[in-house]
Amino acid sequence: MSAAQIPANQTPANQQYANQTPVNPSTGKLVAAWALVGVPLGYGVYETLTRVAALFG
Amino acid sequence: MGWLDRERTIAPPGFNRWLVPPAALAVHLCIGQAYATSVYKTALVKHFGASLTEIGVIFSIAIVMLGLSAAVMGTWVDKNGPRKAMFTSAVFWASGFLIGSLGIFSGQLWLVYLGYGFIGGIGLGIGYISPVSTLIKWFPDRPGLATGMAIMGFGGGALIASPVSTALLKMYDPNSGAQGWVASGDAVGKLFLTLGAVYLAYMLFGALTIKVPADGWKPAGFDPSKVKAATLVTTDNVSAKNAVKTRQFWLVWIALFCNVTAGIGILEQAAPMIQDFFRQSDGVSLVSAAVASGFVGLLSIGNMSGRFAWSATSDITGRKRIYMMYLGVGAVLYTVLALAGSATTFLYVALAFVIISFYGGGFATVPAYLRDLFGTFQVGAIHGRLLTAWSAAGIAGPLIVNAFLDAQGKPGQLTAASYQPALLTMVGLLVVGFVANLLVKPVDSRFHEPRPEPARTEPARSEEPAMEA
Repeated sequence: MSAAQIPANQTPANQQYANQTPVNPSTGKLVAAWALVGVPLGYGVYETLTRVAALFG
Repeated sequence: MGWLDRERTIAPPGFNRWLVPPAALAVHLCIGQAYATSVYKTALVKHFGASLTEIGVIFSIAIVMLGLSAAVMGTWVDKNGPRKAMFTSAVFWASGFLIGSLGIFSGQLWLVYLGYGFIGGIGLGIGYISPVSTLIKWFPDRPGLATGMAIMGFGGGALIASPVSTALLKMYDPNSGAQGWVASGDAVGKLFLTLGAVYLAYMLFGALTIKVPADGWKPAGFDPSKVKAATLVTTDNVSAKNAVKTRQFWLVWIALFCNVTAGIGILEQAAPMIQDFFRQSDGVSLVSAAVASGFVGLLSIGNMSGRFAWSATSDITGRKRIYMMYLGVGAVLYTVLALAGSATTFLYVALAFVIISFYGGGFATVPAYLRDLFGTFQVGAIHGRLLTAWSAAGIAGPLIVNAFLDAQGKPGQLTAASYQPALLTMVGLLVVGFVANLLVKPVDSRFHEPRPEPARTEPARSEEPAMEA
């Protein structure tokens, strides 16, 4: 597929949303999504840092 | 399965683009488990009665399949969109664990090769590239930050999987309290089943959350003309098929290969290397095994944070300049490490930390570098092809280091001086990468896809120019 063919794939709905900027972000959804990945990552970093402490202890 | 189609993932008005990074992270945090295989390596050696090398092959197959599937499936990922790609990746990755567990329970090592290595490896490759082009399109103003957030997850995945796997193995094995305990095969099999189920759920969350922006969407206040002000940043597009014919693709391939090879040199040997660097004349090291383990943990943090911090910084400095830093400053730091690293542990740890942060930064910055050079059209597919550099470096790095160390003596007898030939070879590689990066120039316009012409009624043909001289 070439770049020239890209517009052919656009649906009316797709074109309708073009150039629209985000409004009314769902804060709850955002917090939940970031928590789902952030909490395990924070746990992993914490666990690793406790091991790292041996380096400076 | 229509809900997986790209058309069904177009973001409605009001969609918050900051929901996309956690979707991408959900996938990368799961596939990052690939770097936590050491947790059950000894258990598998004991369970199968196999050698370390035979068990290590499981990981090697997975990494080779990562590079191959990313290269082969890149165009498919770009065409079908991130949701279908993430879903496919989740199915492959989870199936890899399930088939792997079957191999463990039945004592068939080849099933683990097929499951975790081959099938899981395909999931790794598709999953790694699946969110990249979508993130670049959502964050045209900060592509380095966006890809850094996702690819940081690959580094972070091991940080989570390692302690969680250890805890699960202890829970599943009734003999875990015994002295010198090594987990049973049954416990590892159950661990695989658990990880497969949890990763499937997490990756499906990513697949369901991800959305692509509508064509022509741009963030509020974003002016594309300012982006174009940088010489290397194009507003044109190059197809994946044509990209591999350009000199730029192969120069970036060399730069990535050299950066990854050098980083792997340290990562592979991290724990024994710090002990060898501070080995006294009586053969005893000043660094204990526990401290060496802490050092490995610190490198993991450096790897992960470098992916985010340096990639985000590249949005300000430009991609070529930050690669000059990874390779140029990296070469200087490697030289200091080789010649004076044994002076103090603080100097050694600080040097290794920064070097590994450059290693991670190289991975995270490269998708944005490709966007700058080749546009967004098939950047996912081009990124997939570029990841063959990773597979090649995964073979070259350990080979170089191990070959030099084997010639210097036996493990447990090596000293800081034993590492000098290997480290100085890495310096040479980094200099080669630095020169390759220096030679990167904008892609010739004959490789660009034709721009749409509204007046024309016939679709323009994709041109296929000859290999660049």
